[in-house]
Amino acid sequence: MLHPMTLYRADPFALLRRFGETLDRMPFGTAAPAFPPLNLWQNEAAVAIVAQVPGVAPEDIEITAKDDVLTITGQRRPPEMPEGAVWHRRERAFGRFTRIVRLPFAVDPSQVEARFANGVLTIALQRPEDQRPRRIEIKAG
Amino acid sequence: MNAETEAGAVSPAAAGAEPTRNVRMWRPLTDVVETAEGIVLMIEMPGVVADDVDITLERRVLTVRGRGSSPQPDRLRLVHLEFEPGDYERSFVLSEDFDAARIEAVLKDGVLTLRLPRAAEAQPSKIQVKAA
Repeated sequence: MLHPMTLYRADPFALLRRFGETLDRMPFGTAAPAFPPLNLWQNEAAVAIVAQVPGVAPEDIEITAKDDVLTITGQRRPPEMPEGAVWHRRERAFGRFTRIVRLPFAVDPSQVEARFANGVLTIALQRPEDQRPRRIEIKAG
Repeated sequence: MNAETEAGAVSPAAAGAEPTRNVRMWRPLTDVVETAEGIVLMIEMPGVVADDVDITLERRVLTVRGRGSSPQPDRLRLVHLEFEPGDYERSFVLSEDFDAARIEAVLKDGVLTLRLPRAAEAQPSKIQVKAA
């Protein structure tokens, strides 16, 4: 927590600012965290999204991509329990969910690839070939 | 997959040892349901394969551990993070009337379901009172 730079004389407010940044990251909000939680990777040609969807059957997930918007919808079904079962602890949540992600660029809908394994959903999206940035050669004049 | 029951062996966690893997250790969300046959535990462990689940029952303490893995795309940089992949560990203290040999564990879609049946001798039995 105490970074060496916080004691550096040139910036007397570094420690205070760092504390403020830590507070900013704390989950004080009362809203439930969005489901499913997702991580996003990108470069100039592709985007990869990894989402944690424990307890969701792959056939209950629907993924659509249009231009630069990716939509993930699905349903978490509660487990089937026999008559007379008593719930002692209920920490998991069930029901329908939707997440809409705006991607950094329009993607090719025909090149979207989704994989599901062990409750983790991985989606790979490609930027159309003709929209990728191109390196421009500088000619010697 | 059958639950492993190790009698007498001291687990690293029980001995206070720290894991050497430099990832976060999460306490997985769990639902506990009691049915006529016993207890059902449903533990959320996304990213864990069945071979990386370790279930031990030591005296009355049931410990579930899962080694998580998350895909790391090549040549891409992380721009947005909402969950941190890691390992899972949680312990439960059971009452003594469970049949350890018949504990059943199934891992499906990132949820580990453990069925703990009550021991036969713990099933309620009616005692007849004889008139003397």
